[in-house]
Amino acid sequence: MLKRIRIVLWVACAIPILALVAVGVMELTQGSEGVRSLQASGIGGPFRLASSAGGDLSSEDLRGKPFIVFFGFTRCPEVCPTTLADISSWLDALGPDGKEIRALMISIDPERDSVASLKDYLSSFNEQIIGLTGTPAQIAEVAKAYRVYYAKHPLKGGDYTMDHSALIYLMDRQGKLAGTLTYGDKAEDALAKLRRLLPSA
Amino acid sequence: MGSLRFRAPGIRATPKGAAVAGGYFAVTNLGTEPDRLVSIASEIASSAEVHEMNMSGGMMTMRPVDKPLEIKPGGTLELKPGGYHVMFTELRHGLKEGDKVKATLVFEKAGKIDIEFLVGGLAAVGPAGGGQMPKHKM
Repeated sequence: MLKRIRIVLWVACAIPILALVAVGVMELTQGSEGVRSLQASGIGGPFRLASSAGGDLSSEDLRGKPFIVFFGFTRCPEVCPTTLADISSWLDALGPDGKEIRALMISIDPERDSVASLKDYLSSFNEQIIGLTGTPAQIAEVAKAYRVYYAKHPLKGGDYTMDHSALIYLMDRQGKLAGTLTYGDKAEDALAKLRRLLPSA
Repeated sequence: MGSLRFRAPGIRATPKGAAVAGGYFAVTNLGTEPDRLVSIASEIASSAEVHEMNMSGGMMTMRPVDKPLEIKPGGTLELKPGGYHVMFTELRHGLKEGDKVKATLVFEKAGKIDIEFLVGGLAAVGPAGGGQMPKHKM
């Protein structure tokens, strides 16, 4: 019964997000035009979430620093570990120049991804990557700000998996969207976009 | 000697504390009759089943396949990034690059077949040796 209420609540949360994302995804699939319209629509926004690096991390703490952010979860066998491995290799390739860039993975499965489990999970990747989690309401809010769609999909035995947008957002020092990357992008393209976030560029 | 030939069973190494892992392989049916992959079991996980990942317009979804996958005579079934994978859940321990993982596959006709997956790197894609990223529509 409780489980049913939880599912209903999740669905109720997902519907407005879905609507927003339908627009967001359509815009994004149109390339740089899409990025401009997302900029115009003010993607991103304030947040304060529990950090795998200890304490909270807020959008205020990121003021003046470029950052990349994506939404995922640790029970994801493919896209999330690949994205984390990609981000790690890009940050490694940027070397000291890239130290200024913060990389954030925001969990869209906050019921299962605790700060401690994110910390463990991310210890396998570049140390600039920080995991963020929070209450379901906090996650819904930040996902909405980034036009990110996510929804629980029930599996047998009471288990579930998450559907989610897998875009990586590149945010400049003013906290504005500067571009996006996605699963399977070539390293050279990703590095060129990341270098543009840095002050010397 | 059965009529199924396996190529490059591989599993991606798991980040610390991971509860799930994805495994890949290709199987070719050299026989004259179609066969179906009915189930998978491995000592490393409490459950192993075939899931299909789909990436469209930046959205990632993952679903268990709803019926056993068929391998036609002369055909190859490929489990690879961007498509089908073996979803191992509730891992009993982490998987490091170089580890070997035993699994038993059950086919409708060929019956039980034991295979061994080789654990690749954290960014590994398979079947091992393929080395290509999936194409996605954007």
